[in-house]
Amino acid sequence: MSVIVDVDHLKKYFPVQKSFFEKLFTRTTDYVKAVDDISFSVRKGEVFTLAGESGCGKTTTGMLLAMLLEPSDGRILFEGEDIAELKSEELRLLRRRIQIIFQDPYASLNPRMRIGEAVGHPLEIHGLAMGSAKTKKVLEMLEKVGLTPPERFVDLYPHQLSGGQRQRVAMARSIILGPEFIVADEPVSMLDVSLRTVLIDLMMDLRKELELTYLFITHDLAVAKYISDRIAIMYLGKIVELGNKEEVFSNPLHPYTEALLSAVPVPDPERNRKTIELKGDVPSAIHIPSGCRFHPRCPHVFARCSAEEPQLRGTKRNHQVACHLVRK
Amino acid sequence: MRWLSLSLLEVDSLAVEFRTRRGIIRAVDNVSFSLNKGETLGLVGESGSGKSTLGHSLIRLVPYPGLIVGGHIKIGGKDILSCSEEEMRFIRGENITFVFQDPMTSLNPVKKIGAHLVELIRTHKPDISKEEAVKLAESALNDVGISPERIDDYPHQFSGGMRQRIMIALAIALNPDIVIADEPSTALDVIVQAKILDLLESLRDAHGMALILITHDISVVLERCEKLIVMYAGNFVEYADSLSLHKDPKHPYTQGLLRTVPNIELADQKLEGIPGSPPDLLDLPNGCRFWPRCPQVMSMCRKKEPPMIELGDGHSVRCFLYEGAKR
Repeated sequence: MSVIVDVDHLKKYFPVQKSFFEKLFTRTTDYVKAVDDISFSVRKGEVFTLAGESGCGKTTTGMLLAMLLEPSDGRILFEGEDIAELKSEELRLLRRRIQIIFQDPYASLNPRMRIGEAVGHPLEIHGLAMGSAKTKKVLEMLEKVGLTPPERFVDLYPHQLSGGQRQRVAMARSIILGPEFIVADEPVSMLDVSLRTVLIDLMMDLRKELELTYLFITHDLAVAKYISDRIAIMYLGKIVELGNKEEVFSNPLHPYTEALLSAVPVPDPERNRKTIELKGDVPSAIHIPSGCRFHPRCPHVFARCSAEEPQLRGTKRNHQVACHLVRK
Repeated sequence: MRWLSLSLLEVDSLAVEFRTRRGIIRAVDNVSFSLNKGETLGLVGESGSGKSTLGHSLIRLVPYPGLIVGGHIKIGGKDILSCSEEEMRFIRGENITFVFQDPMTSLNPVKKIGAHLVELIRTHKPDISKEEAVKLAESALNDVGISPERIDDYPHQFSGGMRQRIMIALAIALNPDIVIADEPSTALDVIVQAKILDLLESLRDAHGMALILITHDISVVLERCEKLIVMYAGNFVEYADSLSLHKDPKHPYTQGLLRTVPNIELADQKLEGIPGSPPDLLDLPNGCRFWPRCPQVMSMCRKKEPPMIELGDGHSVRCFLYEGAKR
């Protein structure tokens, strides 16, 4: 499979706001290191999942890939082209090919825009279709995402729809320009359980039909296991483990992945729980621990961990881990 | 049924309504259950199923315009619906307490956490000295795994998980018989969530409390609770112990729910969604509330609301499919 998106030593630091007096008396600026040097590539047609707890940088990574944030350092290559080097016209064309679906369907739709306008808006912005051609395309998209009959929905406002229907609208809007790559940032976590599977199935059907590639961002590992081809586990701005879904879930190598997987609730009353206890909380992304950033909480910590930062290294095909414990 | 009077909490045909301008919403409709000492009961349902409203009504704190319109709630044999507001203030905290959903907004940001606890303790026990109250507050913090040295810190100095622990400390400070936890873990990450649920379980065992977990996550309740109530559109649809509910779910909604939850321990799971979405409580379908989404719908389901049918062994279900099995 060919690579569609290549992420190369990507970083995103946000400067910390300081008060007037702090500015007077200090020279240095603190940074929230939301994404701190990550590299991975997404292959055409796959579902690549970024998973981790809140604050691990997964959403920031998604925003960077959707070109809604500019990286502090590093490169993003889309089909081999560095997107930072594109001129504005080329960038505009590229935006048609990369789309994003946000987490909150209550916030991502303009409450004063009718469904038809919202879904057709990208066509207008890109000057692709107007009038009846636009309407036709909108109806077609609504039908594709299962809002049938589409004529019933075009004139409604978002508040007249349920959460599941709104997320379908967001999906229709994201596919109307015929994109190739979609960043889906927790698209189902605000929805009720009984609706999640239906929506995930819809996403997977669209992937086949429209030959889409997804970057799926989630904190829910059970959902991640259900849909992904490959998965990267993030902790405090870094990828700690990356690999094929089967590999990572059945044979987790990083102590953090292990603890994370052990904490996921399993819908089975007969199972014996064995949660791996982690000390403390996730540290702040401003003052990142030295060496391996997981070492203050790691149950297997040893001297080298606080001194030297482990690099993401391949242990075997399709499985990489950043941990000093793991040798080739 | 005399034996029922032994249980800690008895709820009998409780009904709660919200009287809004658009009409009357029956958020909880005719529900009955009981809870014994040391038990954990899970209340599971989607948003709008009435699970939180039911939880709030158990401590008589249904927000306006909600109103308890019928039924009985007995705590230790005493009907709290006939208590005065003054008596109720003491029942809350000493007999039954509530851990609210959002630890970020439930604590007063300008008040030290010690002050939260001391105020609670001294309101309920006016005759104890301030020093004793501080001691009790420290031991409550200790119980939930927060160092008592942090008693003078403000809520913003704690992480989300720690704040949830403070909420739990407030709930258990007066040694209540029943603790209700409303989505105690949804705002939290899995690792913190598991820790909080472990903490609630260990406190239940240490203090001999009964626990009610309200959640939308059926995985959590299957894993943690002995008994489960599945709610749909304001009604109980199934009530059983978690083992039989998992092995042999009776109601088509419960069956659907179990087929739609991903299980991280299974490879190549085939999931199926439940088509449609939960009904608007102002515009409920005639008959069974689930029939528009039910794969096994029969003609009578559209006409008549099914009753709760007792199947034996404490398993009951609200579905006409089991009418023949009634005993």
